[in-house]
Amino acid sequence: MSDTFTMDSPQPRLLDQTGQGVIGTPMNRPDGPRKVSGQACYTADAVTEGVAHGVLVRSTISRGRVTGMDLASVMSIDGVIDVITDPRMIRNPAQGMAGEAPVQPGDAVHYHGQPIALVVAESFEAARDAAQRLTVHYETEEASVTPEGTSASETDDPETAGDFDAAWQAAEVKVDLNFTTPSQAAAAMEPHAAIAEWKDNSVTVHSSLQMIRFNKKELADTLGIDPSQVRILAPFVGGGFGSKLGLGPEAVAAAIASQRLGRPVRVVMTRQNVFDCVLRRSETAQRVRLGATQDGRITAISHDDTVSNLDGEGFSEPVSQASQFLYGADGLSFTQTVARIAATPAGSVRAPGEAVGMLGLEAAMDELAERLGMDPVELRLKNLPDKHPMDGREYSTRRLADCLREGAENFGWAQRGAAGMRREGDWMIGMGMASAARSSMLVKSASRVRLTGDRAVVETDMTDIGTGTYAILAQITAEMLGLSPERVEVRLGDSDLPGASGSGGSFGANSAGSSTFLAARKIRRRIADLLGCAEDDLTLQGGRARGLNRDMALADLVQEELEAEATIKAGKTAESHFSSGFGAHFAEVAVNEWTGEVRVRRMLSVMSMGRILNEKTARSQALGGMIWGIGAALTEEMQNDQRDGHVVTRDLANYHVPSHADVPGDMQVLFLEERDDWANPIQTKGIGELGISGAGAAVLNAIAHATGHRVYDFPALPDRVIAAMEVEI
Amino acid sequence: MRPFDYVRATAPDDAALVSGQIIAGGTNLLDLMKIQVMAPETLVDITRIDGLSDITTEGDGLRIGALVTNTALAQDARVRAGWPLLSRAILAGASAQIRNKATTGGNLLQRTRCPYFYDTSQPCNKRRPGDGCAAKGGEGRMLALFGTSEHCLAAHPSDMAVALTALRAEVEIRTPHGDLRRIPVQQLYHAPSDRPDRDTVLEAGDLITAVILPAPLVGSRQGYRKVRDRASYAFALVSVAGSIQMEGDMISRAHLAYGSVAPHPWTDGAVAKMLEGQKASDALFARVADALVPDRAPHPDTEYKRRLLRRTFIATLRQLTGLADTSGTDIARTQS
Ligand SMILES: Cc1cc2nc3c(=O)[nH]c(=O)nc-3n(C[C@H](O)[C@H](O)[C@H](O)COP(=O)(O)OP(=O)(O)OC[C@H]3O[C@@H](n4cnc5c(N)ncnc54)[C@H](O)[C@@H]3O)c2cc1C
Ligand code: SF4
Repeated sequence: MSDTFTMDSPQPRLLDQTGQGVIGTPMNRPDGPRKVSGQACYTADAVTEGVAHGVLVRSTISRGRVTGMDLASVMSIDGVIDVITDPRMIRNPAQGMAGEAPVQPGDAVHYHGQPIALVVAESFEAARDAAQRLTVHYETEEASVTPEGTSASETDDPETAGDFDAAWQAAEVKVDLNFTTPSQAAAAMEPHAAIAEWKDNSVTVHSSLQMIRFNKKELADTLGIDPSQVRILAPFVGGGFGSKLGLGPEAVAAAIASQRLGRPVRVVMTRQNVFDCVLRRSETAQRVRLGATQDGRITAISHDDTVSNLDGEGFSEPVSQASQFLYGADGLSFTQTVARIAATPAGSVRAPGEAVGMLGLEAAMDELAERLGMDPVELRLKNLPDKHPMDGREYSTRRLADCLREGAENFGWAQRGAAGMRREGDWMIGMGMASAARSSMLVKSASRVRLTGDRAVVETDMTDIGTGTYAILAQITAEMLGLSPERVEVRLGDSDLPGASGSGGSFGANSAGSSTFLAARKIRRRIADLLGCAEDDLTLQGGRARGLNRDMALADLVQEELEAEATIKAGKTAESHFSSGFGAHFAEVAVNEWTGEVRVRRMLSVMSMGRILNEKTARSQALGGMIWGIGAALTEEMQNDQRDGHVVTRDLANYHVPSHADVPGDMQVLFLEERDDWANPIQTKGIGELGISGAGAAVLNAIAHATGHRVYDFPALPDRVIAAMEVEI
Repeated sequence: MRPFDYVRATAPDDAALVSGQIIAGGTNLLDLMKIQVMAPETLVDITRIDGLSDITTEGDGLRIGALVTNTALAQDARVRAGWPLLSRAILAGASAQIRNKATTGGNLLQRTRCPYFYDTSQPCNKRRPGDGCAAKGGEGRMLALFGTSEHCLAAHPSDMAVALTALRAEVEIRTPHGDLRRIPVQQLYHAPSDRPDRDTVLEAGDLITAVILPAPLVGSRQGYRKVRDRASYAFALVSVAGSIQMEGDMISRAHLAYGSVAPHPWTDGAVAKMLEGQKASDALFARVADALVPDRAPHPDTEYKRRLLRRTFIATLRQLTGLADTSGTDIARTQS
């Protein structure tokens, strides 16, 4: 067992003193060559001898009960082995960090598309055929499938600070705006998949999941067995974006089927399954009210929203999250309503809250600036609070002002000019900007480091969902132990290894990075002991240990394996200080005056997000986030049928993530130097979600600047832009 | 996917052709088979038939074999010089990978993208006549504006077919009896009436052997304007294909077709009449656009297409007649 380090006070910046020189460098991912050459073993690739193939059957009613299935209709299909229903099956993936079984509906149907059975066959094709042809009998019930249509909704008490009503009344300049955003899908490239196999009384499940430590408990609880009987493997995950935080129906079904049939079972969701039953991002209806004095001091902020979810799901999209800490005011108020509907349940999708809430907030800021006759950058600069406006915590570090200024400078913001003035042929050109913010966390996490000679191994159940965990954990360890990163092997995604935070909420690098750092630090102390010097006098560099007047190769010094495990958890610094990444997005767009098409011409984001562990993977995260912002602003929209709630956009031809042509060649990211001493011992902040937070708003604000008209219902599809432009021709 | 037999046809008169569903590039058919919207018992692979993969000159026009890939057709130097509209329409569709597989015949015969057609849990008359139409009262953003029936509101998604229609191309069809006939591209398609399951006039065993492009309008300016929900890799919301011949600032000939607004490439003879012999002007285009666009959309979700078609029509004509400042826009001038 490892002792647990609690983050109660700022820690020395050891990574700035070690001097191996690998931390922060744009090192290539060690796993890259395997991925691009097809050798990385993703879940569906881990096929074993004798595997049977399962395909999930979906419900085709929105509420009711399964009363029977005509098994005869499919058992005659060549290769079909079994049609499995089981009270342990789950209706949808677990919410992130649940650590327990999600709803197990039995024969009840709660939404159209819910998995209700698993067909198992000798081939995927036969299983899919049977799943398609299986006749299911239902007893149907009435259900509301739209937030507008449902009477079942819960409204929380407002979260407030100061007196919003008084401040709003007194405000000299006001904007009161309504926005809507549609449901969105994570649309990870790798579909959800699992392969399960029982041996003795234990089950091993390969599954594409983000948070193994929690998923193990979820599966044990679901199956009614002890966590020690469960092993989960996810060495490679082909994108998650929140959609693989929780254990999914495919893993549960595979485990149950494998137990029943006594052979390994593989369940790979079809793309349609993924859209039907994997947690979506909720649609939102937002009302943003901002009040200010004539000279642009914001006095009142309110951001109310309605989101939806299925009954029994504890998650609700935290729409106003950033609105609660980005700008200060005399009175702030935030109220959320959750509409209960019979549709694919909602959960965390990359930057829950900020991804959609900042579209409303930052568009409203833009409109307020317009109303005030103030530059949007100036308005933001003028309203940065000293402390967290809701709870009075100090900001750990906040270089938002620098991001705004440097962004404006580098983007050429000064050339912006008045709205609706710049043209090239049929295209109207505009510039827009928005702040970026995404709160950052430290989650309990453990790692083990082993060193023999000058070769180290890092072990943790942390996942790499395409973000670069393999790279940064190698870099941290190499930096701490004075090794070149090739000498560090990183083993991830196995629940038998020490339990990490998992990948989610941008806290993976903070948390698993810190536990790895602490384990490596223990090894450093042991090396100091071997060398006979104090830890402070030890230098580890280039595979050598130096201290006092000794200088030895690690290969000679560390003859017997050194092993250390460390666990970190959040402590007092999280209570006294609020940690968040900050940034500023700038976008230039062209809008076709006839067709309403929008093309982003260039984008620049300046970000301060603590210590950068790997300049290349950090940039990729930032760019990926910005592209998500383009998607939210312009293309992504999940449609649900208004009658039965079923997902209409069930494939990637209909659900439009941005194509390459939607992303400009000129995408720039600038990082500001920062160390967050209050966050964790490696002084990092989360970076995986900051890129998206606010990015779409910059694009939308640029459309408003180009055309002189604003879109309030996102995404800004051509017809909505045309409607906003209003001009009849 | 259901099990199926696979046979290869080796000649246009191969008896196998009548025995099942033709497969060419497979880019549409296989997708539909996977989700069991189509479940043929036999696939007849025509890609080994000789002589259907060439582009040859025929008089002042071109004869395009049915198996010529979308990529090869779009890249052909003769096409790019004389019928750039076709090249552009093809390149505005799908993705490079799909175009490499997709064939000329298959592209014409691709099925609608109405999402309810793709979802077997939903009633759809195009899948099974008499079942009803789930798109009515459902999500209808991609549906048609013209030529629908009460049984089906779906639009035809092909870009290439719209360009071919504007270019007055013909389809050559070989019947199982060995007869060859040629019909204008537009006449390949059925109006939905009460049998929306029948997309085209083809009968069992009919093989499309070629598409015939007549000589282009001399000196014409051609353009294909496709508006969609993202910049690439999306089906058209509306598209306008135009080949315009000018004498000075007067429009002498206007060959136009409109895509994703009807169950087949849409044309409107009255529009050409209103344009031909007139001086190009914004006022003229606005007037003609009003005549083109219907008063009502058949589905509330396609209401926007009225406005979008009107605007796209005007924008395209402005470009093709030189009224617009065309910096950075999609226009090509044919060699005269
Ligand atoms: C994701 C995606 C996006 C796409 N985007 C676009 C787009 O934006 N614009 C666009 O226009 N298209 C688009 N397409 C459609 C694409 O162009 C068609 O799938 C393709 O052209 C079909 O050609 P194929 O040879 O693969 O046809 P197949 O799939 O092989 O066949 C299609 C049909 O034609 C029949 N058939 C084929 N050849 C003949 C013949 N010679 N005689 C008689 N019958 C024949 C087959 O029996 C079948 O019914 C897209 C497709 C996909 C999958
Ligand atoms: S519009 Fe046509 S294709 Fe769509 S559901 Fe109705 S009948 Fe089927």
